Amino acid sequence: MSDHHDAHPVGTNFYTDQRGLKSWLFTLDHKRIGMMYLATTMLFFFVGGLMALLVRLELMTPGQTIVSAGTYNKLFTLHGAVMIFLFIIPVIPAALGNFLLPIMIGAKDVAFPRLNLASYYIFIGGAALALLSIVLGSADTGWTFYTPYSIRSATSVALITFSVFIMGFSSILTGLNFIVTIHKLRAPGMTFYKMPLFLWAIYATAIIQVLATPVIGITTVLLVIERTLGIGFFDPKLGGDPVLFQHFFWFYSHPAVYIMILPAMGIISEVIAVFSRKHIFGYKAIAYSSLAIALISFLVWGHHMFVSGQSELSSTLFSVLTMLVAIPTAIKVVNWTATMYKGSIDLKTPMLYALAFLFLFTIGGLTGLFLATLAVDVHLHDTYFVVAHFHYVMMGGTVMGLLAGLHYWWPKMTGRMYSEKWGCVSAVLIFLGFNVTFLSQFVLGRDGMPRRYYDYLPQYANLNMVSTFGSWMIGSGFLIMTIYLLGSLSRGAKAPTNPWGGKTLEWMTSSPPPTGNFETVPHVTEGPYEYGVK
Amino acid sequence: MSDATSGAHVAHHFDNAEQQFSSAKLGLWLFLVTEVLLFGGLFVAYIMFRALYPDMFAEAHHHLNKVMGGINTVVLICSSLSMAMAVHFVRDNDRVKAVKLLSFTFLCGATFMVIKFFEYKEKFAHHLFPNGSFDYSAFTHKNANLFYSLYFIMTGLHGLHVLIGMGLIAWVLIRTRRNNFSSEYYTPVELTGLYWHLVDLVWIYLFPLMYLIA
Repeated sequence: MSDHHDAHPVGTNFYTDQRGLKSWLFTLDHKRIGMMYLATTMLFFFVGGLMALLVRLELMTPGQTIVSAGTYNKLFTLHGAVMIFLFIIPVIPAALGNFLLPIMIGAKDVAFPRLNLASYYIFIGGAALALLSIVLGSADTGWTFYTPYSIRSATSVALITFSVFIMGFSSILTGLNFIVTIHKLRAPGMTFYKMPLFLWAIYATAIIQVLATPVIGITTVLLVIERTLGIGFFDPKLGGDPVLFQHFFWFYSHPAVYIMILPAMGIISEVIAVFSRKHIFGYKAIAYSSLAIALISFLVWGHHMFVSGQSELSSTLFSVLTMLVAIPTAIKVVNWTATMYKGSIDLKTPMLYALAFLFLFTIGGLTGLFLATLAVDVHLHDTYFVVAHFHYVMMGGTVMGLLAGLHYWWPKMTGRMYSEKWGCVSAVLIFLGFNVTFLSQFVLGRDGMPRRYYDYLPQYANLNMVSTFGSWMIGSGFLIMTIYLLGSLSRGAKAPTNPWGGKTLEWMTSSPPPTGNFETVPHVTEGPYEYGVK
Repeated sequence: MSDATSGAHVAHHFDNAEQQFSSAKLGLWLFLVTEVLLFGGLFVAYIMFRALYPDMFAEAHHHLNKVMGGINTVVLICSSLSMAMAVHFVRDNDRVKAVKLLSFTFLCGATFMVIKFFEYKEKFAHHLFPNGSFDYSAFTHKNANLFYSLYFIMTGLHGLHVLIGMGLIAWVLIRTRRNNFSSEYYTPVELTGLYWHLVDLVWIYLFPLMYLIA
């Protein structure tokens, strides 16, 4: 890639060009909006994390440990809802994607900067409603809001589902903005096949955001109207069907799982290639497998309803289709592994998280096959096996990917280097803590401990204790990370333009980048992973 | 920086007006897809309940006013035609004709809403609104409330879209009168037109599914 100025001589960047609160609140700059998203979603990650620690603390011993049963129901509901809707869905696309997408294709901004800011404020509006609902009585339905209980629950279910509706708009607008940006604003020479794989993943994610989110939108509206007017769609007493709600809900929420994981897979593609100093193995296979996952994700929602009374035929079909997802997923894992083969591997913090991702996500993916198998699922459904499975995918996958990306792009985004030593310490602590917390839950689930219960039989006590200890390890890891990351903002060394030797466009502009991203429009001549060895 | 080739309306991050126009258009098409999926959820609910209770649907739909629904269908189809012609004349720099056609389109939208208002009013008078005081006595089949739930939510959401469309048409009408548009730049008119056609299209499906059940 040519035509760029390696260092930025006069030292102005998108932080220093304009100053003051107003310049942030009304900014149209995608990097500033990305940073605002990052700060907001990380705040919610902290809130959701605290709830998780409380849930685990309560489950440390049988019977009441710290909170009452009612409070416990609210805690796990809010942990799920906050983590899913306020953190994990928006965090990678809206924060990292917003910051990096235009830079990586050599554009000055996203296609619709005003819409981008609007989607941030819509998100904030939805989040405010969600917080208001917590104050006004919270919800105790689980994050899935299943009917008919969600119709009858005395907690403020309508408000929190309405907040999901609002945040859905934000997600749709972000996805729409990204699709148009990728199609229309690529720099000269930046063909689709020269795009970094992170962008292919963001693109596939955006497709799901645009196509699936409207359905959860109408579903939450119907649930709100159901609660206020009693329209009867989901209420058996009025002729409705509660399973219809499950179909609607999972038609969005299953693809949404891929909204959460696909961008993380994109990050892993970047990090593994850069820290192995090798051309990515199977570029097109990884690129198209993202699209394949996006496509198949729309056809598997019924695997959440194997025991909800759907017909045997549909269960069988959904079971087969679900197993199909394993193919493009395995293609990715195999290609990442092949990229590392004979590479010059540099075990920096981002790479540690990428390796953690490979290890944990593979376990998460394989245990998904257990759950997709009809007969096995009857035993494992609604047990801790499911809890462990999706934490391996969501936290072992998405959060590890996010942390890889956060460390990888931290110098670019903030202009400072973080402490590599403490980065490694916390990565190891989080990795070990994660396995202590959730491997034990696979065993608990196999032994039949149901999820979401406040109390449990004495035979589950030991492993629950182990799991709670693990949660403290994860908590300490994140505490260390918070300290060294925030500390780096004031005390970290100034980041060079390209600290990791990356080949993608964001490493060609200064750290942090200037307001227009590049001094001159880049002309792209090479692919994103040209490390000499093909 | 590099937007030297541009007209007055090109934002800093686009290279030229053509790129900006095609981006806006792609964005709107994607938005229309989300609209289709939003209504799609409701159509799926309709299909499911109609399959569960075919006799109830056949009976319940007789209480809808076919004449009013039919007139509204004609009104919306006319408005789509006038909208398409308005876009054409804006592009041809024929401001006078464009203003007339946009005004006509707006009036069609208003007519649709007035007729809809009287339809709703009649349903409310007969307690056919499912809010707990639904009047089941007029029906022999169970669960007639579900048909009216679907009717009010689907036509209500559609009506909301008509109102938003009228707002957009009023906005481009004012800007057309101010001579803001020409063959060089007419993106808002084009996009409003696309949106309005989708609103009409939804009704084209709603009308037979609600009013004309065999």
